[in-house]
Amino acid sequence: MSNIFVIILVSIGLAFELIGCIGLIRMPNVYNRLQAATKCVTIGTCFILVGLCVFAAANSNISLVLKTIVCIIFILLTAPTAAHAIARAAHKSGIPLWKRSEVDKYEIDHEGEDPLPDDS
Amino acid sequence: MARITLFLLSFVMWLTLVWPFSLAGGEHTIDFQSIIAGVIASVATAAIFYDFTENHHKIYHLNRYLWFLVFIPVFIYECIKANFYVAYLVLHPDMPIHPGIVKVKTKLKSNSGRTILANCITLTPGTLTVDITDDGHLYIHWIDVKSKDVDHATETIVNRFENYLTKIFD
Repeated sequence: MSNIFVIILVSIGLAFELIGCIGLIRMPNVYNRLQAATKCVTIGTCFILVGLCVFAAANSNISLVLKTIVCIIFILLTAPTAAHAIARAAHKSGIPLWKRSEVDKYEIDHEGEDPLPDDS
Repeated sequence: MARITLFLLSFVMWLTLVWPFSLAGGEHTIDFQSIIAGVIASVATAAIFYDFTENHHKIYHLNRYLWFLVFIPVFIYECIKANFYVAYLVLHPDMPIHPGIVKVKTKLKSNSGRTILANCITLTPGTLTVDITDDGHLYIHWIDVKSKDVDHATETIVNRFENYLTKIFD
């Protein structure tokens, strides 16, 4: 019974990972690719880890249950931070938004600023 | 007091990662070597990094944890909604995206609250935090820009988390 549950959870996770990878290829530039890469891959990994957590709980392996929970917390904390760092670095190094973009408030507010300041 | 809290936090984290209690062969065994190493490491951590938060008294308020428990289901719901939305955008043949960077304002004061808000925004529908300023403005890369106005964008993106995060962190 629990095995079916584990298989369903891991399959959902793998489907999200696949969508994330497709998005990584289909999206037009770095910012839109990050959207697909952070969201779908984060939740996909979380689903796989929840599946592993259920599997470990069914086998009464407390050590593995706790480790998967710690992994989920750290993934939720670090994946968005990494995406933010990549997006900010991309903008600071002068990569423009996609040509069909609507607005760029960041560029407007930082106009005239050196694209690569020394202190960052 | 802050040192003791940090010691307990790091020691519990060590225990969850190492888990020295085992039930091999129906017998309770405890790996004392791991526990002693964990105590030494936690004492060293607490001695060096005692100044780990700007307002120590905040971590002893019980209602903050209760609000955090309320916040978790809200966050999971928004997160799963975000993923279906981005999956729809990725798989749509025409890719109906109108990206852009908008500016929003947050009322949160504490650094940890702003950090969690930025992380939550990154994990929810089509939004990605690019930068944050000291006076509480966030620059958000929005995959489908609905409003270029600061106030209206704030209402759409930030408000669904801000009320909870104000109660948890401020």
